[in-house]
Amino acid sequence: MNPLANRRVHETLTGLGQITLLARDAFASLLRLRMAWHDVLFQMYFIGVKSQTVVLITGAFTGMVLGAQTYFQFHKIKMDTASLAVVGVSMCSELGPVLTALMVAGRVGGAMAAEIGTMRVTEQIDALRALATHPVDYLVVPRLVASHIVLPLLTVEAIVVGIGAGYLVGVYLLGIDPTYLWYNMLHFTHDVDLMIGLIKAFIFGGIIALVGCHKGMTCGLGAQGVGQATREAVVYASISILITNFFLTLVMGKLVGQL
Amino acid sequence: MIEVRHLQKSFGEQTVLDDINFRIETGESVVIIGRSGGGKSVLLKHLIGLLQPDSGEVLIDGENIVGMDERQLLRVRRKFGMVFQGAALFDSMTVAENVAFGLRRHEHLTEAEIAARVAKALDVVDLPGTEDKNPAELSGGMRKRVGLARAIIYRPQFMLYDEPTTGLDPIVSDSIDQLMMRVRDRLKVTTVVVTHDMRTARRVGQRVMMLHEKKIYASGTPEEIFASQDAVVRQFIDGVADAKENLFQTERFTRPAASSPRQP
Repeated sequence: MNPLANRRVHETLTGLGQITLLARDAFASLLRLRMAWHDVLFQMYFIGVKSQTVVLITGAFTGMVLGAQTYFQFHKIKMDTASLAVVGVSMCSELGPVLTALMVAGRVGGAMAAEIGTMRVTEQIDALRALATHPVDYLVVPRLVASHIVLPLLTVEAIVVGIGAGYLVGVYLLGIDPTYLWYNMLHFTHDVDLMIGLIKAFIFGGIIALVGCHKGMTCGLGAQGVGQATREAVVYASISILITNFFLTLVMGKLVGQL
Repeated sequence: MIEVRHLQKSFGEQTVLDDINFRIETGESVVIIGRSGGGKSVLLKHLIGLLQPDSGEVLIDGENIVGMDERQLLRVRRKFGMVFQGAALFDSMTVAENVAFGLRRHEHLTEAEIAARVAKALDVVDLPGTEDKNPAELSGGMRKRVGLARAIIYRPQFMLYDEPTTGLDPIVSDSIDQLMMRVRDRLKVTTVVVTHDMRTARRVGQRVMMLHEKKIYASGTPEEIFASQDAVVRQFIDGVADAKENLFQTERFTRPAASSPRQP
């Protein structure tokens, strides 16, 4: 293997190892109940409430585009009223969790890396440690817990808005019969689709927080280091979400098939 | 009591500290001087476990903190207060929240008790009434004083100061020196100050150690150090640059005689 590829593989494996150790420390801290709940609430506000615009727009336009595109294809085989069922299943199990997670990774993951990275380069993390406070307890755990809680909630919101927007486009713009459109959506969209989406969102929430915090806590010195950490947090979290989603789809699809 | 034995630290290929040995008695005030980039701050961070050495021991009250994990170190660090070079105030918090940080996390006090302790700590550092200000609104000297208030509020046994007067004007530096002496004398804390400010070294230290070429080069009372005739110590105290660093004294940078201003 050439030296550059060797170095990249080494860096990737080291990064994965460090994130695993960070997850272990965070879990251990969580069991000790050392975090402050008001910090968790603040992070839930930052991740959840401040992401409303992004999530609503993403959910609505995804539902509208998917509804319209499905109608254009299904109309050829006279299955117009099944259009919203495709929107429902897709939004619940795939597009809802993935697109919400990608948008939150861009908005929140980068902000986490930038904030913690700036604290690192200005010695604020050393100050935390000098004040006998574990950085994982104070910085990572509240963000991780908040992210785990908020991502499924945001995903549900995106799903509801997406299906609603798809319904409005189908009924008022494309002239599909509303009763059959809604009935077919309820008929073909099952609880398990929503459950798959929520499980994925829970896992994606952890990925966003862990990658963002890890990049911040290990960022290089100076403004350039913080900038690079921010960029890497968004890129790595997004890639991880897409790759993880593929494997989760396979595993959960198998499990559901066996039920 | 702080004791350092055979401490060695390298960053990559570069050795920063090599076989450092010293002992600081309880209640003693020690100033570590040395050139910028010479490893003084690195040494200070080893005393509180913010950095781990490659080899050697750091004993705090007889307990070796080298090799302790971060959670074990938290217990030891509760004995310490540290003032950072850039103050390292939490910029998302007000002055009062910064100063109260340690109290809120480690002591079970009511809000009224915390507010009273914060007001008292800010009074000690001559910053009464600044509780609601943000760190961004403060001058460099004020930030250092808030950092000091944050460090002394839970009455530590050991106080560490990393370049407390760097970047401050002489009058503000003087006020910081006086604060350090006041904290030392009132709270009877063991004090370690890292500085290259000779006035601070002379006033605050009961003992001065000079770090040079990765080792403790000289150690003694301020009077002994400042009276030293050793060439290296003398050069640092007098602030004389090496001949090779006096670029403008070399022939290359000397103006030709013809272009020199004419003497009247």
